[in-house]
Amino acid sequence: MLKLPIYLDNNATTPLDPRVLEAMMPYLTDVFGNAASRNHPFGWAAEEGVDYAREQISQLINCDPKEIIFTSGATESDNLGIKGVYEMYAQRGNHIITTTTEHKAVLDTCKHIEKLGGKVTYLPVNEQGLISLEELEAAMTPQTILVTIMYGNNETGTVQPIREIAAIAHKHGALFMSDGTQAVGKIPVDVQADGIDLMAFTAHKMYGPKGVGALYVRRKNPRVKVTAQMDGGGHERGMRSGTLNVPGIVGFGKACELARLEMAADAERLSKLRDKLEAELLTLEESYVNGSREHRLPHVTNISFKYVEGEGLMMGVKDLAVSSGSACTSASLEPSYVLKALGLSDDLAHSSLRFGLSRFTTDEQIDYAINHVKEAVTKLREMSPLWEMHKEGIDLNTIEWAEH
Amino acid sequence: MAYSDKVIDHYSNPRNVGTLDKSKKTVGTGLVGAPECGDVMRLQIEVDEATNTITDAKFKTFGCGSAIASSSLATEWLKGKTVDEALAIDNMEIVEELALPPVKIHCSVLAEDAIKMAINDYRVKNGLPALELEKSHH
Repeated sequence: MLKLPIYLDNNATTPLDPRVLEAMMPYLTDVFGNAASRNHPFGWAAEEGVDYAREQISQLINCDPKEIIFTSGATESDNLGIKGVYEMYAQRGNHIITTTTEHKAVLDTCKHIEKLGGKVTYLPVNEQGLISLEELEAAMTPQTILVTIMYGNNETGTVQPIREIAAIAHKHGALFMSDGTQAVGKIPVDVQADGIDLMAFTAHKMYGPKGVGALYVRRKNPRVKVTAQMDGGGHERGMRSGTLNVPGIVGFGKACELARLEMAADAERLSKLRDKLEAELLTLEESYVNGSREHRLPHVTNISFKYVEGEGLMMGVKDLAVSSGSACTSASLEPSYVLKALGLSDDLAHSSLRFGLSRFTTDEQIDYAINHVKEAVTKLREMSPLWEMHKEGIDLNTIEWAEH
Repeated sequence: MAYSDKVIDHYSNPRNVGTLDKSKKTVGTGLVGAPECGDVMRLQIEVDEATNTITDAKFKTFGCGSAIASSSLATEWLKGKTVDEALAIDNMEIVEELALPPVKIHCSVLAEDAIKMAINDYRVKNGLPALELEKSHH
């Protein structure tokens, strides 16, 4: 029997893989030591667990274990990377380049930098959600210390041309940071081949536990340093103080190991399922995929259904746990800034649904989701005066609306 | 957001969805809201001229569950009422009946406005002056 609701919001968070929980269990019980306790076996055992996890994580992204700085999650990693570079390289310059479609953890950190007197360029994206390399190149100045551009977008799954971006940043003497939150563990991310100097990522987007993330900080060619944003006992090579979350880190390590071994097979299966879901939903008239269909994560699709209203649509797809372009900053009724940056009108942004599939998503679930969404959209359109006008060939822009 | 049982009922089983022939003299149409505001409500009434009674009411709404429920409820209430009784429907009655939370009160206002616009449309079609509608809700 199919269990409802069906979870298709895996860009928000993923369920914990039972194998990850199993790896964590000893560290939640018997092996409770502080990894920084050097004087007794309790501490040694914890440290051993952390060291092993560091290995597992570094293998996934092809770096040295010493280049992994553990944090509480991707938001903290984004903060540490951007603020840490801004402080550390203040002598060299004060300009940062990012994009308008970054996660708030990057955008709000950049706004904070502006308040401190820094300069930030927010590159626009095209209707595919991709930045222009020419515009990036043109934005580089001798003051540019950091280019920070996300790997894969959380709302659309659009994957930026990371290697080309890194090359441009380096050509102009800037560091390149990427928010890899959605991409790591889903597609191959290789910090050497990609030319990434700093990268934020987190466990709970790849079937690991919440509350643990990492900042990759390159140690050679060039040796990158960030100023600590959390002062204290000098953990993590002085870049992030605080007792390590040992069970979380062990789980993060296991999640990375599983991702390394299973990512290719997962991606192949999920992209087929995603394509099926997408193709079926596109058989509905006036439905549109948001973002690039060529350059994107394999498990994500974001679709707008014209002439239905977002909140009503969410209510209609109650058997699915999905996100909508109106609900992502849940408290406000503002449509998604990411979709608006792609050039979508407010109503199309509102009436979008984001589907994020996971390792645990089944064919049966996707078949159910297809029918459920089709029914909801069809029913709402039958109820929609806008749909009726559209069908009668009336241009909605010619109507004088009694605005509220 | 948690919806009341009545909102869910109207959303799942909307009453009187449809379209009346707006070219008929006996039909009044009210179209309120705007697509960019996320709510468009169209409410129509058919009036029996002899008795000044609303014999039929239909709606179509683009909007959230509360907007759909407000208009569905309005059509239920309109049927069988005289035009004067319909004019007296206050949005707060809809709020109470559907247990709408404060952020959804505008849905009930929209429904009240749609009723009044439909009545005015009917009046104007039949050579009666349009009524001054209070705008205090806005």
